Amino acid sequence: MIIDEKKGKEIIAKRVAKELSDGQLVNLGIGLPTKVANYIPKGINVTFQSENGMVGMGKACESGKEDANITNAGGQYVNILPQGAFFDSAMSFGLIRGGHVDATVLGALQVDEEGNLANWNIPGKFIPGMGGAMDLVVGAKKVIIAMLHTAKGKPKILKKCNLPFTAKKVVDLIVTELGVIEVTDKGLVLKEINKNITIDEIKAVTEAELIISENLKYMEG
Amino acid sequence: MMKLEKYLNSRGEEMNKLVCIDDLKNLIKDGMTIMIGGFLGFGTPEKLIDLLIQMNIKDLIIIGNDTSFIDKGIGRLIVNNQVKKVIVSHIGTNPETGKLMNEGKLEVELSPQGTLIERIRAGGFGLGGVLTPTGVGTLVEEGKEKINISDKEYILELPLKADLALIRGSIVDKFGNTFYKGITKNFNPIIAMAANTVIVEAQDLVEVGEIEPEVVMTPGVLVDYIIEGGE
Repeated sequence: MIIDEKKGKEIIAKRVAKELSDGQLVNLGIGLPTKVANYIPKGINVTFQSENGMVGMGKACESGKEDANITNAGGQYVNILPQGAFFDSAMSFGLIRGGHVDATVLGALQVDEEGNLANWNIPGKFIPGMGGAMDLVVGAKKVIIAMLHTAKGKPKILKKCNLPFTAKKVVDLIVTELGVIEVTDKGLVLKEINKNITIDEIKAVTEAELIISENLKYMEG
Repeated sequence: MMKLEKYLNSRGEEMNKLVCIDDLKNLIKDGMTIMIGGFLGFGTPEKLIDLLIQMNIKDLIIIGNDTSFIDKGIGRLIVNNQVKKVIVSHIGTNPETGKLMNEGKLEVELSPQGTLIERIRAGGFGLGGVLTPTGVGTLVEEGKEKINISDKEYILELPLKADLALIRGSIVDKFGNTFYKGITKNFNPIIAMAANTVIVEAQDLVEVGEIEPEVVMTPGVLVDYIIEGGE
């Protein structure tokens, strides 16, 4: 079964949003993770942190109302909520490294069976730098990877990452358009599966061993 | 040379902080290590960048959050081939940085963002380094000392200092007291602590006393020179 990229990203963002709970301080990475903010369930109040120095980040700014003093970590114009606050980078990363951020949602190039993460460096090809990612995954209480299950048909969930690590043993949960996978001491446990695919189909595009949960459910979305 | 305002320091000597941008030319030299405020160019003193480009000084070591975009902030110095080395956390938004790096024309030291700002903070706050768990088990730890504290591994990251800090304030009084709006604070108040000479580009320049002492974010005593920046 083929899920187009746009639809896939929507499925992922909606599902990740359900992982967040009331009162949490959450950091969303650039790109797909940013979309999670659009799907926070009603009644759940989450405060978003932006590593360029803000908590209480609101939605993208309306055209014509852009303020160069209020952008997200991707440089896009956003709003700040009335209860928000601004601060410098030392404070921003104090919040992150100090364990004050409840959850971070990031994209990945590769994740492996031990919860190792690679998302900043493709040697010889593309080295954007780690930015705040290394601090986020070390410091946030829960690390959620939001990514398409494969890249150009190739698995991204591997037995062992072969790209430089962002950090070792930090990933808690992997959400793709095909399923929800928890990283445990025993390995990767498939907890939810997209209702349009079979277990064999998800295994075929996952290099890592998948332990099928006894309580396997269809993915919410 | 135009000195617009005069202030007395504690010894009763005249202080001339507010200067015309051209007055700064004597201060800025090839090969300097310069910290520049900003995050993807937001909160970067663009007029001071203009000056560096106009002077075409070379072989700079630039320390900042990122190399911005090709037409903005630190990115413009990269494109103009004025930089020998950058110490930043991210270069992905400026393709020229990666290109020059691959050609061997630019040295790039990548430091995790939270580590980078703490290294600068350590430099400015008189600390011998910082111990951080960030980067343990990655390329970042290569060549660095690791220290185990209470069964957890930390990397010893060393302080950074600079000859010059170029900062951009939203509201600055003529003594140099500085207030930053919104996310423009980022690296600015930290680098103001870590350089021998601190130059502030003021978006809004006001009289002394117009900024309440309680809301001053960078005390004017740290500031050596002020230029008028505008929007």
